[in-house]
Amino acid sequence: MSRHTALHAAHVALSAKMGAFAGYDMPLYYGLGVKQEHEWVRENAGLFDVSHMGQVSLTGKGAQDLLERLTPSSYDKLGVKRTKYTVLMNEEGGIIDDLMVTRTGDDEFHLVINAGCKDKDIAWIKENLTDGIEFKHFDDWALMALQGPKAEGIIKDVLGIDLSDTPYMSLWYKDYTMFISRVGYTGEDGFEISVQNDDAVDLWNKLLSHDAVEPIGLAARDSLRLEMGYCLYGHDIDSKTTPIEAGIGWVMGKANTGFIGADKVLPQKESGVTKKRVGIKLTGKGIAREGAEIRNLEDEVIGVLSSGGFSPSLSVSIGQGYVPTEYADAGQSLFVNVRGRNIEAEVAKMPFMPPKTKAMK
Amino acid sequence: MAEFKYTKDHECVYVEGDIASVGITQHAQDALGDLVFIELPDTGKSVAVGDEVAVVESVKTAAEVYTPVAGEIVEVNTPISDELELISSPINENGWLVKLKISDASALDALMDSAAYDAYLKKID
Repeated sequence: MSRHTALHAAHVALSAKMGAFAGYDMPLYYGLGVKQEHEWVRENAGLFDVSHMGQVSLTGKGAQDLLERLTPSSYDKLGVKRTKYTVLMNEEGGIIDDLMVTRTGDDEFHLVINAGCKDKDIAWIKENLTDGIEFKHFDDWALMALQGPKAEGIIKDVLGIDLSDTPYMSLWYKDYTMFISRVGYTGEDGFEISVQNDDAVDLWNKLLSHDAVEPIGLAARDSLRLEMGYCLYGHDIDSKTTPIEAGIGWVMGKANTGFIGADKVLPQKESGVTKKRVGIKLTGKGIAREGAEIRNLEDEVIGVLSSGGFSPSLSVSIGQGYVPTEYADAGQSLFVNVRGRNIEAEVAKMPFMPPKTKAMK
Repeated sequence: MAEFKYTKDHECVYVEGDIASVGITQHAQDALGDLVFIELPDTGKSVAVGDEVAVVESVKTAAEVYTPVAGEIVEVNTPISDELELISSPINENGWLVKLKISDASALDALMDSAAYDAYLKKID
């Protein structure tokens, strides 16, 4: 039996095409269709239900120390209301999940974790919980994302909240009833808004009533993030890939050497890695999706696409995958094999197009 | 006698003499959404009922097109791979994907005619 978010009935009322994602029945696309939803977000603003994601908090003296054990980042320079992207890691240096961490107080952090990883993340955090730290799961809170160049103006119009002074990767909140983070997964300026389930439908409908807002499903969410080269957990990163291999070594804080998995990952910083996550752009005709083999020009299989598909903004097929380091430089010619046919491709720099997130102040 | 026939997987075939044009129905196109690529086979290949003869890709997914009739591929609609919107034309005009010289027409009898296909669409909707 699949789980429902607080907005499930709203999606059904909008005649969304629903599908299973991480145990939830979620909207894949609405009336506009994937391509137009994608373009709408790039030009206006799209509203996404991401309530399936997990919202948890760590509170108490030593919360920062705990995070510096669970993740390879440093939090000394993370001020109150500031957000950081990082990963939870296992003993082998593999990635348990990727997540957003926001400092909400000196000894208080709010975490947003992936829907499909919720159960194992929570078990892992609890297993590593130290004395005096309280763990809380906000499972009766909804989360929606408003993404696109018009997002800031829409929130002003609809909610009367001026977020012009809230920089990228930071948090605004009031009265503990609504938390708005200037973050996203689309490469556009935008926000994620957290409210209690009881307030979710009302907020959803209010935002949707704005002329510049359309509801956007998970399919366009995927094509939008793919253009930015963002990782999708379980596809582009997993328990067998390290942050260095994934090309997200920048999440590691210099000052943090005591995190779980450090003895496996820190040496990789020095000695390098044998495989790397790269962007792959098809130069020949065709569409390559997750699972397609990556081959060198000698037709030897050197990797597999961890995600891939048509980019509505660039009108070509783009993807990501792990290849041996000697093939990881931008411009490297490759083949991607689709249904037995080699299609010409090349390693491309990610993001595939420049992000428009608001610069950090 | 020329006629249109339909499969439950929303392929459409137009039979005129011993030539069958194979394409996909409007319903299939609507379900796929915005098309981004069409892969066509080489001519000269012999295919059996249920063999893949083309792949139609949308932003969302790749859909294989299977032939409902056996034969030899005698022509492919090359212009359609550059002008994807042609697929929405009738398959006896510009909307076909491949043309087969029918080697065994017996499988055609099991397919739906227009009225039966319309009824089928109502049923599955």
